[in-house]
Amino acid sequence: MKIKSEKDFWSGLMFIVVGVAFAWGATAYKFGSSARPGPGYFPFGLAILMAVLGGIILFKALTFEVEGGDKIGRWAWKPLTTITATVAIFGWMLPHMGMFVALPILIFVAALAGDEFRWKETIISAAVLTSGCWIVFIYGLQLTIPLWPAFLVR
Amino acid sequence: MDLINNLMLGFGIAFTLQNLAYAFGGALLGTLIGVLPGLGPVATIAMLLPSIYALDATPALIMLAGIYYGAQYGGSTTAILINVPGESSSVVTAIDGYQMARKGRAGAALAAAGLGSFFAGCVGTIIIAAFAPPLTELAFKFGPAEYFSLMVLGLIGAVVLASGSLVKAICMIVLGLLLGQINTDVISGVPRYSFDIPELTDGIGFVAIAMGIFGFGEIISNLGQPAENREVFTKDVKGLWPTKQDFKNAWPAVLRGTALGSILGVLPGGGALLASFAAYTVEKKMRMKPGEVPFGKGNIRGVAGPESANNAGAQTSFIPMLTLGIPPNAVMALMVGAMTIKGIQPGPQVMTSNPELFWGLIASMWVGNAMLVILNLPLIGIWIKLLTVPYRFLFPAIMSFCCIGLYTLNNNAFDVYMGAGFAVVGYLFYKLGCEPAPLLLGFILGPMMEENLRRALLLSRGDWTTFMTRPLSASLLIAAFLMIVIVMLPSIKNKRQAAFKDAD
Repeated sequence: MKIKSEKDFWSGLMFIVVGVAFAWGATAYKFGSSARPGPGYFPFGLAILMAVLGGIILFKALTFEVEGGDKIGRWAWKPLTTITATVAIFGWMLPHMGMFVALPILIFVAALAGDEFRWKETIISAAVLTSGCWIVFIYGLQLTIPLWPAFLVR
Repeated sequence: MDLINNLMLGFGIAFTLQNLAYAFGGALLGTLIGVLPGLGPVATIAMLLPSIYALDATPALIMLAGIYYGAQYGGSTTAILINVPGESSSVVTAIDGYQMARKGRAGAALAAAGLGSFFAGCVGTIIIAAFAPPLTELAFKFGPAEYFSLMVLGLIGAVVLASGSLVKAICMIVLGLLLGQINTDVISGVPRYSFDIPELTDGIGFVAIAMGIFGFGEIISNLGQPAENREVFTKDVKGLWPTKQDFKNAWPAVLRGTALGSILGVLPGGGALLASFAAYTVEKKMRMKPGEVPFGKGNIRGVAGPESANNAGAQTSFIPMLTLGIPPNAVMALMVGAMTIKGIQPGPQVMTSNPELFWGLIASMWVGNAMLVILNLPLIGIWIKLLTVPYRFLFPAIMSFCCIGLYTLNNNAFDVYMGAGFAVVGYLFYKLGCEPAPLLLGFILGPMMEENLRRALLLSRGDWTTFMTRPLSASLLIAAFLMIVIVMLPSIKNKRQAAFKDAD
């Protein structure tokens, strides 16, 4: 057994796994009958459909030759982890530390994900973006966003 | 005459100072965004959704519509200047437009695109005004079975437009539908797939998915590429206006494109992309005049035709949304979201319950189009300058706006975490070659589809043949089936691949 198309092989596998998981989850809800469909009726059908389609993709990935093998290529681990972590950190920081702390940190950590990090530029863009966000969201749109760390305001 | 009266009402609303300002602001923002690579109209509208709380329904939708047109224009600008279609529907424009730019005729190409789009926009506005009411009458004939079949057709339409493998695109739709199942069941009140997390019983926020997959996911994949592949180069644009000969060649193409776009735009799932692709194919099939530049080498018809079709389609794609409440593409799906945020149930009753919103929006479509011409033709030089903003400044800015937008959605960090999660999912999709746009449509339609399916089955006492015995429903399903068959036919498959090759 040789994988002919890497991308299709893994996406087929992904669809099967997610489909089976959703179908298994759907068994926890009442299935009902076609005349009185319950909450599990539609998701169960969909999940089975997706698993079957995933199987077709998997089968095709193993049988049909694709030029170049459709390689997935290298994963961009650094941007992936940095960007995701940045967003998650921001999610925690904003309600606790306020926008004026969370946003510059977001910009700094995000800038680290790129391969051309420069201190001076990042400081300037952090200042510009933070004041820009203040103008747009707080002054312009009057949204209620915590601005300063919670322990300072209280 | 009703049409005139209605349009008068609409223009009365559109021409208030406040709404003109929102139309202008939206068009400007949209153009800015369309020109910026990596920030599409979907992400922008998603970003602005929370701020809509502060606005009235009419100005909010007018502004969103402005963004939509603006992004279409801006997208074709980059397609012509640097061969980067800022938006999927301007993929075709890049083929001949970029060749024209390389020959120093970027001005002519941009003007042809702008004027062609304006003409198409005018026609599209009239078509909406004239045909939306009769189409709405039709909408009242729709029972649950018809709605279900229509949604199937719409989703299959989305598949046809995706560039990659057909089965994968269908899988993405089903995945979207399944993600839409994470909610509280409307009929029995049972929370599904919520793992006892209270935020999940309301369903995943659409904005969190859109921003995570499109906004953050795209940033990650962009940063994963070496900087050389990312950098954007500009050229001087010389000579704004097309020659007389250009006008002569372009006009018939504009007319054909407008007609095609108006028709295809109405189909749910059809929209602007299908229209521009079809128009390019038609233009290519037309006989060449002596001395004309061949297609693919910078023929002005290859720019004017698809651009007009694209804009006419963008215009008429409002019809299914305004009359049936069915979003034909991701941008429209966001508009439906905006309507529901404002407490307006999209559907045939909008026209009677909110006439000033309905006709005001239609009139402001025309206003928005006019503003785009005024904005773009003289300002082309400045748009190019914006392209020189290095990506290392651009992506932290995108992230700041997205993150704050996510938080303000519910004033809750949970949506931000969801956004982070979907960033990973988005990058995974990118790596596996799964296109996320169909997923978004499936996600939006999922709950509606389930409700209508279950209602139809209840009414027919569990008889699945109800979808084939009711004539309207049957014809919709047959149309969906034909669409799949057409895509599977080898010749079209090849053309699809050829047309999308430049998009990757």
